[in-house]
Amino acid sequence: MDAPLLPDAAPVPASVPGPAPAPGGGITGARALRRMGRAITANRKATAGTALLALFCLVAAFPQVIARDNPNAEIYPRLLGISARHLLGTTALGQDMWAQVVWGTRPVLLIAFGVGLGATGVAVLIGVAAAYLGGAWDSVLNVITDVLLVIPLFPLLIVIGSYLHGAGTGVMIAVITLTGWSYTARQLRAQALSLRGRDFLEAARVRGERGLYVIAVEIIPTMTSLIVASFLTNALYAVLFSSGLQFIGLGDPSVVSWGTMLYWAENNEAFQVAPLWIIAPGLCIVALGAAFALINYAFDEIGNPALRPLLRRAGRPASRRIAGTARRADAQPAS
Amino acid sequence: MPSQPADGAILAVRHLSAEYLLERGAVVAVDDVSFDVGRGEFLAIVGESGCGKSTLLFAIAQLLARPAAITAGTVTFRGRNLVGLTDRQLVAVRWTGMSVVMQSAMNALNPVKSIGAQFRDAMRAHGTTSASLAGQRSAEVLRMVGIDPVHLRSYPHQLSGGMRQRAMIAMALLFTPELVIMDEPTSALDVVAQRSLMVQIKELQRRFGFAVVFVTHDMSLVSHFSDRLMVMYAGQVAEIGPTGRVFGAPAHPYTAGLMEAFPSIRGPRRALTGIGGSPPDLASPPGGCRFAPRCAKVMERCTAEQPGLFEVDGIHVRCFLWDGAAMPVGRP
Amino acid sequence: MRFVLRRVGFFVLTLWVALTLNFLLPRMMPGNPALAIIGRFKGGISPQAVKVLQDQFGVGTRQNPVAQYLAYLRNVATFNFGPSLTTMPGEPVSQVVLHALPWTLGLVGVTTILAFALGTGIGIVGAWRRGGLLDSLMPPVFVILSVVPYFWLGLVLILIFGVKLHLLPYFFSYDYTLTPSLSPAFIGNVLEHAILPGFTLLITTIGTWILTMRNNMITTLAEDYVRMARAKGLPGHRVMLDYAARNAILPNLTGFAMSLGFVLGGAILIEEVFNYQGVGWLLLQAVNNEDYPLMQALFLLITVAVLVAILVADVATAMLDPRTRGAR
Repeated sequence: MDAPLLPDAAPVPASVPGPAPAPGGGITGARALRRMGRAITANRKATAGTALLALFCLVAAFPQVIARDNPNAEIYPRLLGISARHLLGTTALGQDMWAQVVWGTRPVLLIAFGVGLGATGVAVLIGVAAAYLGGAWDSVLNVITDVLLVIPLFPLLIVIGSYLHGAGTGVMIAVITLTGWSYTARQLRAQALSLRGRDFLEAARVRGERGLYVIAVEIIPTMTSLIVASFLTNALYAVLFSSGLQFIGLGDPSVVSWGTMLYWAENNEAFQVAPLWIIAPGLCIVALGAAFALINYAFDEIGNPALRPLLRRAGRPASRRIAGTARRADAQPAS
Repeated sequence: MPSQPADGAILAVRHLSAEYLLERGAVVAVDDVSFDVGRGEFLAIVGESGCGKSTLLFAIAQLLARPAAITAGTVTFRGRNLVGLTDRQLVAVRWTGMSVVMQSAMNALNPVKSIGAQFRDAMRAHGTTSASLAGQRSAEVLRMVGIDPVHLRSYPHQLSGGMRQRAMIAMALLFTPELVIMDEPTSALDVVAQRSLMVQIKELQRRFGFAVVFVTHDMSLVSHFSDRLMVMYAGQVAEIGPTGRVFGAPAHPYTAGLMEAFPSIRGPRRALTGIGGSPPDLASPPGGCRFAPRCAKVMERCTAEQPGLFEVDGIHVRCFLWDGAAMPVGRP
Repeated sequence: MRFVLRRVGFFVLTLWVALTLNFLLPRMMPGNPALAIIGRFKGGISPQAVKVLQDQFGVGTRQNPVAQYLAYLRNVATFNFGPSLTTMPGEPVSQVVLHALPWTLGLVGVTTILAFALGTGIGIVGAWRRGGLLDSLMPPVFVILSVVPYFWLGLVLILIFGVKLHLLPYFFSYDYTLTPSLSPAFIGNVLEHAILPGFTLLITTIGTWILTMRNNMITTLAEDYVRMARAKGLPGHRVMLDYAARNAILPNLTGFAMSLGFVLGGAILIEEVFNYQGVGWLLLQAVNNEDYPLMQALFLLITVAVLVAILVADVATAMLDPRTRGAR
């Protein structure tokens, strides 16, 4: 096709396990980040998602700014409704709900980022190693990845959590990371594989650069956007899994977190007496998850222009040409 | 050129323009192109990548898809203007009157259906419901291109590249249409296969009398096979005329430059010269003649106004060099 | 053929890993959990059952680990998982599981298939009518929907339809004052109880299918062979289904099977929220009661279910995509 080339975008995965993503160009780390910055401001979904995420980060970092009460203190009258003093009312145990929701942000974000970084780190290590080393190493790592991918994660987490009699934030991060890296490892390996034959890598090899250098300096920066997408995916699933585990009581009940709030809510007949106890933490989970998902989805659109919202034609298309054309030699109007 | 098709012309393209609507603005890929195709004629369209020739082809066949669209002009085939018709209205003309051969058969053939099934689909769409009749005709066209009909059961990935390409041509001939549009069908093949395919196409053309519009970037390939040659540059027709004449005495400096770039296997050894510079950005084309920035014979006039098509010796050429030499044909 | 063999081999390998995990995990935890249980239930279960428990958890036996492992494998192969510690007096785990299985098969099975079918269909149409209302609404709506925690949505639906509006039942899989039978009244009651949990599961899973199918379709619609189908004058629905959808769905099939593990995880929570006594609910009962034999059996069951689904998806892909059938 003689279409003018579309702007070269960094490659990104589809949001579900599937075929390998399109290979990327030789875009190095810093340039990729700057490009991403531009892409984020340009794409509405990405901007919304990033803003939301930033908001949550702020709340997690400085909860005392917007919630002065101690979330654990069971000193208030129980089951109060919404009021100026208690923005979301109080729980059946006499705690201020607003404080709980606000202070609960930190453990959730810790888990999200902890798993995000950890699982992505492991995934990059294994995915890129498998692609780069090839041969027997690749087969072995591949099998390990696939097996872990297939074994149902949530039931496994339940089993482990059960043996451990509940997991605090740190343990939760470790366990989810160790079991959940396989999904993104597969995508990273696929992309690393597609980069293997590329010229810029051959050039590095011919220059005499050693394997580790090539991996660290050439391959990984090219995969920047996929790595960021993996981070977001892992963070998202960490939030959903951890709140699920907390909900069934396998979290640390003494830590105030959105999932544990739901656990206590369900155990205290919240349906009948305090619906807000159920709604508030859940909405927070949805909001945070939406932030991650929006950014991730926007990345899909950035990487695959075909998915972007369609542009509309307005008025006579012929009049929309950007540059005016000079007067033609003969002034017959175009038909 | 008159605005009515010349006698014997089966296809008349008038003032056809098409653009791509991108985020950075509209890119005009085909700019006011007009030409006729006569019955049984072989018209070659050549030009470098990005000149708009494939877009032109798909525009003629009404196969453009978002973000591309036809913005002006008419395409008259069998007395009807095809521009603006819906897919359903085009069924009568598609494949029975005008068929298409694409560049890569691997991409143009559905990977999950057998060759025979895809042939059958085309026939069923035009009224042949009997499976045996469809099978007979399918076998017939395959034999025409030298493929054993047993391959009707094969899937595209099971055939070799050359066979796939020929199968695609066979499919295009299912209804012996009046016009076959080909978009670089030989580009994916090696040199030997290219030539043999061209010979086969010419042979079929002679047997069945269909016209061919053949798009390629390889001018030397079509020089032996085409009746007329059209050179495109930056979305416009640069030169169009009988092949022999365009080859022998290229009127447009661009065409001349292209000739210089191809070595002759028999002629004297000479230094090859390329054409300096690169094609204009079609999102904001230059004001005057689009080739002016790269033209060795550029004049002052060239950067100020856009040339129309001038006729000289049976060739139409978009270049001011020929302005005084003959009557300006104007914007046809 | 080689393809199928390889997949079966993978199946067996994963099963083995799951079994071994089951074997190793309790032994890796600080303080063998089984000790406490066995002590608790001494006298309540038969000596044979105790023996099985010991084999499973390596308690109070002087066998070396390897022999334990082999005995464990042998027990699993004969579906002898030992006694369930939730029920008194120690009904065999296999029985307990079999009671609960049909409920989950019904709920999750039907809902997942429905979600996949509906989701794929909507995705196809949405992509075909690019720029239409469906297409513009889909992405943001379903992106948000896909991050809603299954269990929370269930809670909210209970709040609205069960508690506030008193429209639908939300506790248990049928009205427990009725005796189970095949009468229309009972079946109707079962269906009524399945509406809320089923709907929850449907809503949370359908989003992914719609989106991925739509994205795959959009990419496929740009392919040359779709353009060629148009050029041949094929009717619109044939191009959409036979040429575009048939190719676009291929990656989805495998994705569907892979995601089953995730869906089952969500189903566990949904069964818990609605007290729907299927396999998932049973698993959580086991967790609460430290009924490890039951827990292990259920974990294996879920793993096997996912593996079977993957195998089925692979076979389906092989049937639909001739490229995978050839010897490669």
